[in-house]
Amino acid sequence: MAIAQFLLRRLGLAIITLFLLSVIIFVAAQLLPGDVGRAILGPFADQRAVDQLNEELGTDRSIFVQYGDWIGGVVTGDLGESYAFRRPVEELLWPALRASAKLALLAFVIVVPIGIVGGVAAALKEGRFRDRFISIGGLSATAIPEFVWAVLMIMIFGLWLDILPVTAQAPRGAGFFTQVEYLLLPALCLVFVLFGYIARMARAGTIEALDADYTRTAVLKGLPRRTVIRRHVLRNSLLPTIAVVATQVGYLFGGLVAIEFIFNYNGIGQLIYRAALQQDFPLLLSATLVIGVVYLVATLVADLLYSLLNPRIRLASSES
Amino acid sequence: MSTPEEQVVLAEHPLPEAPGEEHEETRVARRERLRLLLRSKTFLSGALIFGVFVFCAVFGPAVVPYDPLGSPTDILNKLESPSSSHLFGTDQLGRDIFSRVVVGARDILTVAFAATLLGTVLGAAIGLVTGYFRGIVDDVLMRIVDAFLAIPIVILGTVALVGLGPSKGTLIAVIGIVFAPIIARTVRAAVLSERELEYVQAAKLRNERAPYIMFAEILPNVTAPILVEFTVRLGYAIFAIATLSFLGFGVQPPAPDWGLQIKENYIIINSGYWWPTLFPALAIASLVISVNLITDGIARTFER
Repeated sequence: MAIAQFLLRRLGLAIITLFLLSVIIFVAAQLLPGDVGRAILGPFADQRAVDQLNEELGTDRSIFVQYGDWIGGVVTGDLGESYAFRRPVEELLWPALRASAKLALLAFVIVVPIGIVGGVAAALKEGRFRDRFISIGGLSATAIPEFVWAVLMIMIFGLWLDILPVTAQAPRGAGFFTQVEYLLLPALCLVFVLFGYIARMARAGTIEALDADYTRTAVLKGLPRRTVIRRHVLRNSLLPTIAVVATQVGYLFGGLVAIEFIFNYNGIGQLIYRAALQQDFPLLLSATLVIGVVYLVATLVADLLYSLLNPRIRLASSES
Repeated sequence: MSTPEEQVVLAEHPLPEAPGEEHEETRVARRERLRLLLRSKTFLSGALIFGVFVFCAVFGPAVVPYDPLGSPTDILNKLESPSSSHLFGTDQLGRDIFSRVVVGARDILTVAFAATLLGTVLGAAIGLVTGYFRGIVDDVLMRIVDAFLAIPIVILGTVALVGLGPSKGTLIAVIGIVFAPIIARTVRAAVLSERELEYVQAAKLRNERAPYIMFAEILPNVTAPILVEFTVRLGYAIFAIATLSFLGFGVQPPAPDWGLQIKENYIIINSGYWWPTLFPALAIASLVISVNLITDGIARTFER
């Protein structure tokens, strides 16, 4: 029962956050220079045609009405029509989201195991060279913006070694392995950026678990070190790692504008970037909101996993 | 935000030091802390690299061998590979890349500093007020923080900068405003534990006014988390500014901005011209690494 209550509470908070998010996005989009009709038809179009188009699109109404109109549509599942492409927003959004998901998934599949192994390896030698090497190396790799990694990767693998393709979009109808090959370079950049976070959390979790009473008990009980680590330490060190992985999902889905740009990949970051440049409000608003939804869902799932694995949190979670 | 992430950082925050101690004692503690900091290899190597960039930012324009904005005859020696006359080679317009990289330190450092300072001042003020008063303002603010965290900073920055037009001022404002609620959350957490302590209760009993208690009593005791937060945010600010100028939303050409140089030159890597991209890329990488080493050193010292 406690779990259901906990989840309901979290869900409620997520919905409030989502509402605030929609307001923030909407307000931010109002910063875009005014006349939508003019932007679509160009500087030489007749003023009457511009006015008529604005009326058609509803962009001549007050922003409150426009907000209500948009959010009403979103709630009922109608994301509207893109100004620039003259197609329903969904048609543009889903392929982009799928592309982003592929890239994010590949990066996760590579980085999560490496990050955890790295973190645990560092924790087992706390304060020694191996620990400092992994910690500082991870920290440094993480601090470097992903587009910087991208150009470095292109130089190394594309130019000097010449073994990997430098665009991410695989040819149409490419098989699974070809797609992976094309996505490998961008995914590698994300691995560099994420490794530090994951390793750091896994390290902190492991150190805490190594210090805990149950570990001491297990050691004193005479269990071999390997068993203690596998059975008692690892499980507990993975908890915080799950939380940090979830916080990165939003970034992985929407923050990759620069990488998608460099590797010429049609993910959701590029979609938003173009929508902003073309003042394509319906596309811009809905795509940004979708990123927010993805982030919040990931956070919820992480909360759920976390509380399933660790009952203490569940009971003490009324305050957060 | 292109931004990786808060939780990690929060976990590292030092506990606020016990207040109300003798002044002498805190001063000794502070000196001890400084001594530890100066012995930390991480901190020192970070500070050293950072110092080099600060030197470039201050004296760069005076000491570089060529005009970073180029001269009319440059085009004659375009895309020359690194040599003794052009240490880092020349770009597509024949401009000296070494000069451009050195001078480029100025813009990114000033913009990052200003943005982080703006975010920290705003965030500290918001955090103090909401942490002190709690209640509905606090609840609303925390939800807004959550909402901000749900969108990558690059996206928010893109929308705002397309709207307001790319400029240094807009860049500072956008990053400062996005950082403010995140910093506010950290400060708030520190204030929450401070406000229960005796010296705050005593001040209340003395009938001190709320602004006095917040800014004269609590603020001095939460400077440690604020300082750590400042350095952490500085790293993220550089990350975000470099990314946004790479996308064309920062300083405009022909300015010798690092992100911009990469944007202008990465396309020709595949034709074998790697040097116009490599050197600004290494500059960004070493600057962010240096800031992170400094942050790591400071956080470790305060943790003890």
